[in-house]
Amino acid sequence: MNERKSRFSSLSGLDIERVYGPDHLKGWNVEQDLGQPGSFPYTRGIYPSMYRSRLWTMRQFAGFGSADDTNRRFKYLLARGQTGLSVAFDLPTLMGLDADDPMARGEVGHCGVAISSLADMERLFDGIPLDQVTTSMTINGPAVVLFAMYLAVAEKRGIPFNRLGGTIQNDILKEYIAQKEWLFPPEPHIAIIVDTIAYCAAHVPKWHPISISGYHIREAGSTAVQELAFTLYDGLTYVDAAVKSGLDVDAFAPQLSFFFNVHNDFFEEIAKFRAARRLWAREMEQRYHPKNPRSLQLRCHAQTAGCSLTAQQPMNNVVRTTLQALAAVLGGTQSLHTNSMDETLALPTEEAVTLALRTQQVIASESETVNCVDPLGGSYFVESLTNRLEEGARDYFRTLDRMGGMVAAIEQGFPQREILDASQRYQREIERQERPIVGVTDYVEQETRSIPILKIGSEVEQEQVARLSDLRKSRDPFKMAGSLEEVQETAACHQNLLPALIDAVKAKATLGEICAALKEVYGTYREPVVL
Amino acid sequence: MAIATTPIRVLIGKVGLDGHDRGVKLVARALRDAGVEIIYTGLHQTPEQIVTTAIQEDVQAIGLSIHSGAHNSLFPRVLQLLKEQGAGDVTLFGGGIIPDDDVPRLKAAGVEMLFRPATPMHDIVDFVKGLRVER
Repeated sequence: MNERKSRFSSLSGLDIERVYGPDHLKGWNVEQDLGQPGSFPYTRGIYPSMYRSRLWTMRQFAGFGSADDTNRRFKYLLARGQTGLSVAFDLPTLMGLDADDPMARGEVGHCGVAISSLADMERLFDGIPLDQVTTSMTINGPAVVLFAMYLAVAEKRGIPFNRLGGTIQNDILKEYIAQKEWLFPPEPHIAIIVDTIAYCAAHVPKWHPISISGYHIREAGSTAVQELAFTLYDGLTYVDAAVKSGLDVDAFAPQLSFFFNVHNDFFEEIAKFRAARRLWAREMEQRYHPKNPRSLQLRCHAQTAGCSLTAQQPMNNVVRTTLQALAAVLGGTQSLHTNSMDETLALPTEEAVTLALRTQQVIASESETVNCVDPLGGSYFVESLTNRLEEGARDYFRTLDRMGGMVAAIEQGFPQREILDASQRYQREIERQERPIVGVTDYVEQETRSIPILKIGSEVEQEQVARLSDLRKSRDPFKMAGSLEEVQETAACHQNLLPALIDAVKAKATLGEICAALKEVYGTYREPVVL
Repeated sequence: MAIATTPIRVLIGKVGLDGHDRGVKLVARALRDAGVEIIYTGLHQTPEQIVTTAIQEDVQAIGLSIHSGAHNSLFPRVLQLLKEQGAGDVTLFGGGIIPDDDVPRLKAAGVEMLFRPATPMHDIVDFVKGLRVER
């Protein structure tokens, strides 16, 4: 029988055969490679009963305009059944700059919410019980400062730190690799991350001090194998740094978390989650011999692939997102964000984000896919893909080991170039019509129907600049300057930064002032240009 | 005849704080493969830096990628600086996440072309190569 194509391949380029059977799983052992849910090597999930006990956290990434605008959006989402918060910060905040910095012009409140001071953070969470919701903050370069602000808000409200739950992304390696928002060179940046890991281990036990992220690596154009490999290798790099700083692996590893993309290739993505859990458990076991089994478990958040969405025929994005979300659920994620159909054009409107949240709720409530743990476990095809993804990642691990670790590899431009090459291959496949995209390469409609778009007015920037000016007038300048000196001294003698940072934000030092003070100590980063 | 074979020089860059460089790098590679001389600025450039580099490198065109929503202030700022520094003849084009509603205003301000998401690469290459014919 003639087939439609001479070669079938996964989105990442893995050859796919017509049918899979026992021959594809030679050497595969049901006890060692699959195991039971909640048991080593966790291929089937990190909990024995998974969604039968507790559904994933529905966590829509949200932030735009001022702290008040985003506070309203948070309350809107919570009122519609969202179960956790996730803060999107604007670009100046992500880069550790105040809203009145010359580089911030035109960017304030556009890609997320503008937070320049503790006062902004207090308004962001006004009326939201921090001891009852968990909050994820997508912040990396200046993560430690935003975390200090969050802790200071809790302290002001009398909430003990041990009742705070949430996550800061705080993953700088993937910034150098893919997302490109950094403040300092790798060495001090990793030391700061170790500070947050140590601080959480001692004082904020329910907090995830890092979310080791493949999402942005995939969005930058990587394959599934590269996403898996670079993310887990980044994770091992942080574990290594924390252990070398003197922490016991079991004191912090249970608090680590991960963040993956869910792209279009349904089975490959499911296999990626399964391979990630198994590879992490095996590497942690072999390298660090933890005593607490939770140190071996890969917990993760997932987000549907922003880069898979199309500006053309935007309603089609709802369908793409549904399939991706289902893959994340069948892959066993702990938390999920579903993209809104309008996100190729702007931040989502209320209507669009509600539909995205409803997509998760329909999967959870109506599809009956949540009744059985790892329903695809034992499928010849899915187990074979899981094996191939793990093997592909291990090949990259060996290359990265030979290069002297991830920081050395980044300085040589290795992961950046691998991702760029993969992204170019994919682009060419699209242009050669080998990867059809509905509404873009196929089934094109000339008439483009426009959908409503969220607009951020320039008054957001003006108001934020005015608030900062008022803040600077209202504070005790000597106390503020003293607190910044304390931050610099702490940084210079390699002590844990968090206590000094909490004092500084309470003394009304701004995000930009604190980051500028730290840059004086640590220096800045210059990217090796890879083209 | 020598003039006709001189490759066109184009500055390709990222302006503002936006770190999304997947698209801009693919465009830069495609133009380079098509024989265009590319000056790639890297990330986090200010409009001032873009214009200074463009003048120093004597480029015929500047292509900027913006995914952050700051296009309404960054494109006009680059145009203004080009005019102020006597380089108003340099063609400015761009791409990224730019809503339809903003396109007419930016074009009226002097942005020669804005490429939407999922523009076929050869459209961008053809546009840049076409610049030489016009000059």
